[in-house]
Amino acid sequence: MFLEIYRVHIFVMKFFKEFLFPPYEGKEVLRQCYQVGYRSLALISLTGFITGIVFAKQSRPSLAEFGATSWLPSLVGIALLRTLAPLLTGLISAGKVGSSIGAELGSMKVTEQIDAMEVSATNPYKFLVITRVLATTITIPILTFYTALVGLLGGFLNVTLAESTSFSAYLQTALDSITFLDITASTLKAIVFGFTIGMVGCYQGYNSSKGTEGVGKAANSAVVIGMFLIFIEEVIATQITFLFRT
Amino acid sequence: MSLNPQHKEPIISIRDVKKSFGDYDVLRGADLDLYEGENLVVLGRSGTGKSVLIKIISGLLLQDSGTVKVLGKDVTNLSPKDLLELRLNVGFSFQNSALYDSMTVRKNLEFPLVRNRRNLTKAEVNNAVESVLDAVGLLQTINQMPSELSGGQRKRIGIARTLILKPKIMLYDEPTAGLDPITCIEINNLINEVKERYHTSSIIITHDLTCAKETGDRIAMLLDGQFQRVGSFKEVFDTDDERVKPFYDYNFTQ
Repeated sequence: MFLEIYRVHIFVMKFFKEFLFPPYEGKEVLRQCYQVGYRSLALISLTGFITGIVFAKQSRPSLAEFGATSWLPSLVGIALLRTLAPLLTGLISAGKVGSSIGAELGSMKVTEQIDAMEVSATNPYKFLVITRVLATTITIPILTFYTALVGLLGGFLNVTLAESTSFSAYLQTALDSITFLDITASTLKAIVFGFTIGMVGCYQGYNSSKGTEGVGKAANSAVVIGMFLIFIEEVIATQITFLFRT
Repeated sequence: MSLNPQHKEPIISIRDVKKSFGDYDVLRGADLDLYEGENLVVLGRSGTGKSVLIKIISGLLLQDSGTVKVLGKDVTNLSPKDLLELRLNVGFSFQNSALYDSMTVRKNLEFPLVRNRRNLTKAEVNNAVESVLDAVGLLQTINQMPSELSGGQRKRIGIARTLILKPKIMLYDEPTAGLDPITCIEINNLINEVKERYHTSSIIITHDLTCAKETGDRIAMLLDGQFQRVGSFKEVFDTDDERVKPFYDYNFTQ
């Protein structure tokens, strides 16, 4: 247990030691950013949109009891940006991207491709780990704001069907209630989620063993551990944000 | 059976190397030298630590005790930077070829080159890739993916990928394992061509005696974790040692 924690510590610290120094793998980072975004986009669009519709629909009766349905756009906007968008994006990416990274690196490990990079005087950590972790850290915040936007569109569909509100009025009300702290907190949270997903996927893949069984285990562990850490980080981030809010 | 038949300084020197995995002692004080310009074949049964030995030489594994010097440098005590520099001079051809399966043959060959010779122009990189592919006789596969290649072709491309950095030493891990007899002959010829064309010194890990006979200047037999018989093919197998005789009989009398 303690040995594993020590190994994780070394693996993570290596990222901070090496990512600023040349040689840089800029092209590979861009390719990975495209892969991360492309792999998750369809599922995120669908999930975000449906979440927006369902959240608005479920919240309407409660607000109507107090005659406050005009607050619905604000409620949708705040809920999406503060929690739903980062959490949904993080969980979906942990499933889609984390498992994919775990399986890819795991497969490279058991077929000695990582060893082959090492013996050809190339730093496999730089090419495989740093590029993927940077890609998830950069791309997941972007996907988070995309999820929030798509979710707002879903919420608008519900609102406009019930009240014939214009999109600009809906958007104006939704955005008015969003503060700079909300945006900052969400961005930082998404960066942490992205880093976690990339790092967990890479660690599990990079250290996999026992042939194809190990590859499956790496992919599975990348998802389970990634999701678990995201929930813990969400709780911690919410607590810290509330300290700033009060 | 002289340990130093050429009276030269070895370019790889292994002294009293021990390595265990759990309770299993794989290497129990192995001593071996590789001299410049020779092909040294390491023979032994499966699981006797042949592959472990060349992984220790290339710094992929760490021995429990003993010293391994490559080109005069103690591999165990090198800094990461010095180890990278040393690896430029030591090519490693893997048993399963270990080609990067998401890259074409061209990208596989470019990968180590562009990362270690950053001042090369695109044309120079192309020339180097085509030249080394030509040397292994597979120029026509340049745009193919590894999954589209046969086992023999993959081995050749694996060798080409190590040759592109023009190493002084080649380490071959089971170069003929899993190949048909004709392809084995082609690989044996390629190993000899590499020695002539690139002036390499090689350690060839195998349990294929035909490969050993065709490619080896010297043979080193790994028995019980130690090199107990080192010399020419004839010297090594001219024995009544019951651990050695069945090896020869199985390969040449059946």
